[in-house]
Amino acid sequence: MTTMQASGVPAKGTAASASGPARPVEELDNVVIRFVGDSGDGMQLTGTEFSKVVGEAGHDFTTHPDYPSEIRAPVGTLFGVSGYQIQYSSKQVFTSGDSPDVLVAMNPAALKTNLPDVKKGGIIIANSGAFTEGNLDKAGYKSNPLDDGSLDGYQLFKIDIAEFTANALRDSPLSKKDVGRCKNYFALGVMLCLYSRPFDKEVADIRKKFAKKPDLAEANVAALTAGYAYAEASEMFPITYQMRPSLPTPGKYRSITGNSAAALGLVAASELSGVPLFIGSYPITPATDILQDLSALKHHNVTTFQAEDEIAGICSTIGAAYGGSLGVTTTSGPGMALKTEALGLATILEIPLVIINVQRGGPSTGLPTKIEQSDLLQAVYGRNGECPIPVIASYSPSDCFDCAIEAFRIAVKYMTPVILLTDGGIGNATEPWLIPDVKDLPKVDVKFRTDPNGFQPYARDENLARAWVRPGTPGMEHRIGGLEKDFLTGAISHNALNHQRMCEVRAAKVAGIAKDIPPCKIDGPTSGDLLVVGWGSTFGAITQAREKAAAAGKSVAHVHLRNINPLPSDLGDILKRYKKVLVPEMNLGQLSRLLREQFLVDTITLSKVQGKPFMVSEIYDRIIELC
Amino acid sequence: MNKPNEVVLTKKDFESDQDVRWCPGCGDYAVLAQVQKILPTLGVPRENFAFISGIGCSSRFPYYMETYGMHSIHGRAPAIATGLKLSRPELSVWVVTGDGDALAIGGNHFIHAMRRNIGLKIILLNNRIYGLTKGQYSPTSELGKKTKTTPLGSIDRPFSPVALALGAGATFVARALDTDLKHMGMVMERAAAHKGTAFIEILQNCIVFNDDAHKALSDKATRPDAAIYLENGKPLIYGKDKNKGIRLAGWEPELVGIGQNGVSEKDLVVHDESAANGGLAFFLSQLEQPDFPVPLGVFRDIEAPVYEEMNQELHANARAVRGKGDLSKLLNSGSTWTI
Repeated sequence: MTTMQASGVPAKGTAASASGPARPVEELDNVVIRFVGDSGDGMQLTGTEFSKVVGEAGHDFTTHPDYPSEIRAPVGTLFGVSGYQIQYSSKQVFTSGDSPDVLVAMNPAALKTNLPDVKKGGIIIANSGAFTEGNLDKAGYKSNPLDDGSLDGYQLFKIDIAEFTANALRDSPLSKKDVGRCKNYFALGVMLCLYSRPFDKEVADIRKKFAKKPDLAEANVAALTAGYAYAEASEMFPITYQMRPSLPTPGKYRSITGNSAAALGLVAASELSGVPLFIGSYPITPATDILQDLSALKHHNVTTFQAEDEIAGICSTIGAAYGGSLGVTTTSGPGMALKTEALGLATILEIPLVIINVQRGGPSTGLPTKIEQSDLLQAVYGRNGECPIPVIASYSPSDCFDCAIEAFRIAVKYMTPVILLTDGGIGNATEPWLIPDVKDLPKVDVKFRTDPNGFQPYARDENLARAWVRPGTPGMEHRIGGLEKDFLTGAISHNALNHQRMCEVRAAKVAGIAKDIPPCKIDGPTSGDLLVVGWGSTFGAITQAREKAAAAGKSVAHVHLRNINPLPSDLGDILKRYKKVLVPEMNLGQLSRLLREQFLVDTITLSKVQGKPFMVSEIYDRIIELC
Repeated sequence: MNKPNEVVLTKKDFESDQDVRWCPGCGDYAVLAQVQKILPTLGVPRENFAFISGIGCSSRFPYYMETYGMHSIHGRAPAIATGLKLSRPELSVWVVTGDGDALAIGGNHFIHAMRRNIGLKIILLNNRIYGLTKGQYSPTSELGKKTKTTPLGSIDRPFSPVALALGAGATFVARALDTDLKHMGMVMERAAAHKGTAFIEILQNCIVFNDDAHKALSDKATRPDAAIYLENGKPLIYGKDKNKGIRLAGWEPELVGIGQNGVSEKDLVVHDESAANGGLAFFLSQLEQPDFPVPLGVFRDIEAPVYEEMNQELHANARAVRGKGDLSKLLNSGSTWTI
């Protein structure tokens, strides 16, 4: 038995042609699998289910769903290809992996668009029945790549998945069309066998998931079983693989996406503060899941409002926050642009509010389903007037939970809107989440003022925050609004010096949050040749690239920023302790600008705006060039 | 009504300490005075009133009310008020807006508030001009209107706010006149009593930029022939001598003299505020000067499911079925595994 190091690809010929259960099992440390097919092939589901199974087996994992903006693009077309990549390992996993060890391709278009990413010598499992003349033509193949030798550098396995699935479901009462839809479970069954994963739990999960459609449940179970049995019984795979669990912190885990984690964090903030949650939002990719998740949680005293547009989304939230709710609105780039004026209103009203921007490719409609970090300057600066707003950013799916609570903690403590930036990658990607104990969660203190004695609407506490007063409180009737107001009474004021004072105090309030955020965590030496500064979803790629460079003897450290406005107060000093500063970003250098502006340090931008996350190698290569 | 141990409120209790800054002679003063007069009679504690406005002359309104209030951004008051009312159904939430605020920049929020039937009282002060920006045409300015941005006359066809509200499914729609205080007060009381969205258009005079826009109605000498006061269950009769009426000729309105050519009251259209079919209300909304008398009063007042009440029911049902939400249970839900 050969033990492969950090690769899912065995060298050809490591296993003798064995058959049945006697086949050799190979130990892996790490594998990257990509499932690709038509948008309607159910590859997102296959990927999600596979990630759940490996999580349950004790592996750390990270996924990257990559899907087109068309819901059902014409079948077999290059632009209709939908993919789901997972990396799991016997160690900690930080990214979904640079290049797949295994590609499961449901049709020629999926093969064509994804083959360039696959590791040389990697495994290709192709749904051969879909490699028809018509589909080959749509994908631009002159001849069938499964037969013409063009895949000789790979380990190719041809399975007519549709045909096998149809055979397995001969007796199913489902229509032919519905039977066809079960083929993703056949593919899942094959993969479970190849990677030595038990399938009993998956059978139980399918029956639970489709409890209301027993015929469909049994059909999917049959397809899964058939796939598993096929892979086990056939002599197609000369070898199967297994992996030791990565043994993360003991405890109870669940698989979670960033959007679901954010929704749970919002509910947690509400329960921790004892203040009801209100979400006013308009559906927009890739943020919609948060609104959807919360819509099913009304028993947690969550009010969900699907507004008529993005503006009404934030404005209804402002109304609810004014009424004493924890108000949140969720959106993505173009929606953020529409909310801009209302963000200014919330700032001058000085009421607490959380705005979550699940970023996507821009400008304009841009790349709705693709990943990007290009709304940073919009979040920090994008409003009329002097309009400071705190900005924080999640670095991983599960971090969205903590960030949602932190955003509300800041919002209510400082009476301010807070922008939380995530992105389509974090929002849709899954990873195992160690479920926290409720009693360990941070406090979110809310005090509504009810004492009319000496009340002035714009009097401030030690944090420069004004009081939160719910309408309905006797003796404290007052008016607030978007016109500049007197620094104490809140009455309209066009006084010149009062305006200067109010602009300065609003800026000082937000700047003052710096004293309330933790110091930077430095990964690596505290001084040296190179500091890599990142924010958001680049965390995993930077972490791995830095580790690899450090292992190669390079003097390189990494700081990942969660608080972007204000920046941590120790950051300026840290930046000066390294000869060079590298900032990898999925934009053209927005954090770089902020760092240069604030600290007068030179920074080197590593930019990627391709709708895809950074590969570890891209960051590693740049680190090596610089030190 | 007030309970015995409650403080009896008066108009004065609703007057804030801010100087009212509308132009002398502005129609808004009369509306403010009527609102301040009506509110103490509603049996609602003063702290439970909230006035939300957008931008424009009319939107200064909340500053002058000694209630909770927010002067927000252009056109968005219905959206803000919706969030407030939905999260705090016990509050009496009023929106004060204008023809530009509600129908141009805020048109979307306006129609959706009507559609949802959320318990907001929306007062639209229609002076058919942009006042705060000093005299540009508005969505209710008439065709051919000459303003600073239409020096050759407007080519925009105007909205009827009443027709728009009806078309959007409003359950209470009324119109009043800034110079007829008693009638305006009656309409406001009716709106306050309505469950769901109540919409009032108030024809209001801008003395500086569009003086006499509603002259035929506000002039007491011409009003009887220019206006027709709607009364539920009564035939459509108007005129100084109450001898004119409106009858149907096919689908068209026809002005007739009562007692002339054999026409009697029985031939006239009889007003029915609560008709299930909105056709009559829409028919009335199309009556405009100079061809027809302008209807004043309640066009439509029907019962329909109320948004915030349905939301409360959803919450109650969710709790009944699933129990009060438990955070720990929620975090531990879904497919979990233990290591």
